[in-house]
Amino acid sequence: MASNWLSQLFTVALFNLRSIPARKGSALTAAVGIAGVVAVLTGVLSIAEGFRKTMTSAGSPDVAIVLRAGAENEMTSGLGRDETRLIADTPGVARGAAGPLASAELFVIISLPKRTTGTDANVPLRGVEGTAFEVRGNIRMLEGRRFESGKNEIIVGAGARREFAGLNIGQEIKVGRNVWTVVGVFTSGGGISDSEIWTDAAVLQPAYNRGPTFQSVYVRLASPEDFGIFKNGISKNPELKATARTLPDFYSSQSEMLSQFITVFGVFISVMMGLGALFGALNTMYSAVASRTREIATLRALGFPAAPVVVSVLAESIVLSLAGGVVGAAAAYWAFNGYQTSTMNFQTFSQVSFNFAVTPLLLAAAIAMAAILGLFGGLFPALRAARMPIASALRDS
Amino acid sequence: MSAESSDLVRIEHVTKTFHRGSEEIHVLSGLDLTVARGEFLALMGPSGSGKSTLLNLIGGLDRATSGSVIIENDRLDELDDRQLAAWRARHVGFVFQFYNLMPVLTAQKNVELPLLLTHLNRRERREHAEIALNAVGLSHRLNHFPRTLSGGEQQRVGIARAIVTDPTLLLCDEPTGDLDRKSGDEVLSLLQSLQENGKTIIMVTHDPHASARASRTVHLDKGQLSTTGPE
Repeated sequence: MASNWLSQLFTVALFNLRSIPARKGSALTAAVGIAGVVAVLTGVLSIAEGFRKTMTSAGSPDVAIVLRAGAENEMTSGLGRDETRLIADTPGVARGAAGPLASAELFVIISLPKRTTGTDANVPLRGVEGTAFEVRGNIRMLEGRRFESGKNEIIVGAGARREFAGLNIGQEIKVGRNVWTVVGVFTSGGGISDSEIWTDAAVLQPAYNRGPTFQSVYVRLASPEDFGIFKNGISKNPELKATARTLPDFYSSQSEMLSQFITVFGVFISVMMGLGALFGALNTMYSAVASRTREIATLRALGFPAAPVVVSVLAESIVLSLAGGVVGAAAAYWAFNGYQTSTMNFQTFSQVSFNFAVTPLLLAAAIAMAAILGLFGGLFPALRAARMPIASALRDS
Repeated sequence: MSAESSDLVRIEHVTKTFHRGSEEIHVLSGLDLTVARGEFLALMGPSGSGKSTLLNLIGGLDRATSGSVIIENDRLDELDDRQLAAWRARHVGFVFQFYNLMPVLTAQKNVELPLLLTHLNRRERREHAEIALNAVGLSHRLNHFPRTLSGGEQQRVGIARAIVTDPTLLLCDEPTGDLDRKSGDEVLSLLQSLQENGKTIIMVTHDPHASARASRTVHLDKGQLSTTGPE
């Protein structure tokens, strides 16, 4: 009897699904509603996902950043030359031919006109030491060459060049009291450094009257496992008031506020739209049940229990929603995935270039949400179908 | 065998009242009726007389307000909804005025539907459906969908679906009401042959021509039996 019970469910659900073409208008409306919700949800969350991906992909776990104790970001940090040397000599730091792989860095915000609007927006200008390339390990020159030490030369990240005017090789920009020449374009593989402009820290310091001070030290660890030793060395050193974090951890905290904002915003919009789609699905399924009153009553008259009837209505609702979900997710992937844009990172008050990222996980979550909408959209109509008084349903239909 | 034990259906002091707002509509009022095993009973009466309501009570599609409906040894008022559904599947075959076939299923699959509620496997279900369709003269229409069949053929598929489980009781609600005279006659002949093979049939009809084929006719008027026709 168990196999017949499954046969009952399968048969009743199947002929329910086969009858969808007879109600294609309302079925299409419900599916399109769900597709819209899924597309919007996927699109908005792909912004948060892309931003988070950009902020974290630059962070190798064997690179650490050291800031002044209590500073949440480089803008509010400050370290003297002596401190940066102590940090570089802390156990756990990898060593190259020229000594410890540590780069004391300066971080300032400059204004440049955006290509799209012509209005000024903030761009991070980072002063680095020569070891910075070896410390990061993922910086690759796309065009031109690296800046030369002691010269007013800059190299620009690929994202910054895409977003801002005047950053092609050979062009000059006026920053602080000096004029700087663009000599190269680099990429960090889509990470946050792509939104930055780099120059020699020793040249940037006098341009901004900073004296021999820095804001952060980036170090390459001998191995990711050495972070504990390094962190301990920083915190236990009585001559240092600084904290160390791995780069992924640091970038993750830097992207947290915007990611959360976008996620909350996206979920809010999706919930509002989802409610609309839910009522659409409810309406469709109530219509479906009404148009199938005779069939349902006949099944019940023949002796079919309520369960196959409930399952058949739910199956239709979920199938329609899944179809809408797949279409919506595909549309979102086609429209949004890889779309390049930039936004303000509130932690640094500067623009971050990033790509929308429609990830497989995001697609799966959006389609799962469509199925849940279908489940709830079909539940009450299914219960109504199962509780239908048989005699009056047969008479009225 | 005593006269009482040959009764398959016993209706005892049955009333049925519907509520429309605050208004009470008494459709059946203290009705008593018995139907013998193997009988072909026609229920006649004007619209609103309660004949379809009585058929629904006998078939376990509705419940009496008071009184008892007893089929063989089963008191239907003592069964809950789940038990009643199982009882219908086991004991009753329904034939509807508008056939009530599933439009997306073939004739054979329509006939197999009630067999999904039995222990039969797929092959056995197919064989039983073929036998039933053969019995109603439609063995050449197994794979036809209802929309490709005439009204008379659809009703014969409906009858095949009703008899495929070999039910105790066949309940027909205006089985010829949607058919032309020729097709109606074919359906009535089929019902008669089923009775001759031992089936107990209760048929609601407006049509004296149809009731003439029954072995007994009872008339309902305002929820009560008025006359009983000759056998």
